[in-house]
Amino acid sequence: MSAAAQWTIDSVRAALGAKKISARELTSEFYTRIERHNPALNAFLTLSPERAFSQADRMDARIARGEPLPALAGVPVAIKDVISTRGVRSTCGSRILENYIPPYDAWAVERLERAGAVLLGKTNCDEFAMGSSNENSAYGPVRNPAAPDRVPGGSSGGSAAAVAAGLAVAALGTDTGGSIRQPGALCGIPAMMPTYGRVSRYGLIAFASSLDRIGPLASSVRDAAAVLGVIAGRDPNDSTSAAAPVPDYLAEMEAQLNGLRIGIPKEYFGEGMDAAVRRKVEAAIELLKRLGCRLVELRMPHTDYAIAAYYIIATAEASSNLARYDGVRYGLRVAGRTLRDMYKKTRGRGFGPEVKRRIMLGTYALSAGYYEDYYLKGQRVRTLIARDFSEAFRQADVIVTPTSPVPAFRLGERTADPLQMYLADIYTVTGSLAGVPGISVPCGKTPEGLPVGLQICGPPFGEARILQVAHNFEKAGGADL
Amino acid sequence: MIISREDVLRVAELAHLELSEAEVETFQRQLDSILTYIEKLKELDTTQVEPMAQVLAGVSAADEIALRDDQPAPCQVGEEVLKGAPDPSPPYFRVPKVIER
Repeated sequence: MSAAAQWTIDSVRAALGAKKISARELTSEFYTRIERHNPALNAFLTLSPERAFSQADRMDARIARGEPLPALAGVPVAIKDVISTRGVRSTCGSRILENYIPPYDAWAVERLERAGAVLLGKTNCDEFAMGSSNENSAYGPVRNPAAPDRVPGGSSGGSAAAVAAGLAVAALGTDTGGSIRQPGALCGIPAMMPTYGRVSRYGLIAFASSLDRIGPLASSVRDAAAVLGVIAGRDPNDSTSAAAPVPDYLAEMEAQLNGLRIGIPKEYFGEGMDAAVRRKVEAAIELLKRLGCRLVELRMPHTDYAIAAYYIIATAEASSNLARYDGVRYGLRVAGRTLRDMYKKTRGRGFGPEVKRRIMLGTYALSAGYYEDYYLKGQRVRTLIARDFSEAFRQADVIVTPTSPVPAFRLGERTADPLQMYLADIYTVTGSLAGVPGISVPCGKTPEGLPVGLQICGPPFGEARILQVAHNFEKAGGADL
Repeated sequence: MIISREDVLRVAELAHLELSEAEVETFQRQLDSILTYIEKLKELDTTQVEPMAQVLAGVSAADEIALRDDQPAPCQVGEEVLKGAPDPSPPYFRVPKVIER
């Protein structure tokens, strides 16, 4: 399974352009790999060969006519199962949507296909994107291609594993509290959460609407940038999608790093970080220094409160968003004597334990008598965390931290205590609450061979800047530290 | 204990979740541990801090949000949507009896 870096967007385009392979042949090649490796990895939940081959044929026809090729022509991609795909089952990793077939495409999916990408299928994830290990999927856990007895991270674990194992050239994931960046780190690939509003959420099945974002996972920073360039932009169907122009990421990220100010927040380097992770992240910071960056030590004093604020706000929003699963319009229905009885039985049987736990927590935080102490308090602390970031970006161009305090852990090792699982989200939930973009790039492996990720966060709409840092870091051998 | 067994039952009722006896016990224990952790927010004095209503409010690139024109357009998805319903009765969704006589 060391085929990870075999195909990139550029090599696909070159091979198609030179007629060394057809888009149809390439698609077949990927389905053959999926057939061989997916039974062990469980990265894909649903395959969409009909849709993939008809798109591949469209691309081959364009090539035959000598037409110019769009940005992602013939590039095989995978889509996280919380993102709607017309005519292709989208379960969200939940029993309650086991047979749900969306009647429309998400904006990001439509954009990918319009750019020529070939949709191979839908990837496994924690149920409704709630989890950090992919063990909360109703369809079984995903295994980490780098260490099959370990988790791939979550919630976009299937997307990360598919790309890392070479079963897709790129994938879409979603990030609410770290769900793109953390699996990217644990599987050893670049993975990016754009600014809130940079990519339309139209067709993204909601978990926490003020936090949810769609972003790319790929085998190189360059490919992540190319996918982001295609899916970013204003969409009239999502009133929170931003009108800001989309820069030419591929061009801008080539600039050198001379004199760039790299912020190192002290709070992200305290206790609780695995020693091997710390060594790699420190080596990564040294490399950035050698590339001409200036280090700036920062304080972000509210970091320690982020997990508590996040798990109030995200669960409160989830309890409201998931009220729609009631057995009436789509998905599972479990019969009941009355309407109310039907709701309760459907939801009781359709949702898994983590989703129920979060609905309970969110409902409690919003219920009469607790709203002020929990939900409003959480929103006030969110303001403080966002201020930490805007203050930091006055002193630094980007902020560099570990992505996860630990490398990939063993399946089942952390499922007994949900709070312990939540606490490991400490380095990623902050940027989620603040709305800023962040990327995780590989920065070497632990002595056991487990990938470590470096997180680079930028100011709102600073995607080009963090891609520039990530790309230069990768080119300088950052992944092999 | 921050959360009692009665709280768990009340919240499950509000959230329309049928829970088994084992779930009630597990959730009480787990929610209590999570809520105890969340108590740490009380350490922060936030009396002078506004709750965040919209992330990135004040960031100009995000503020340029324009609502689209409200123009009627055909939306013939009814049939397709009903196909995914557990108990369709076109053009309606059928549900158990709501009103008792």
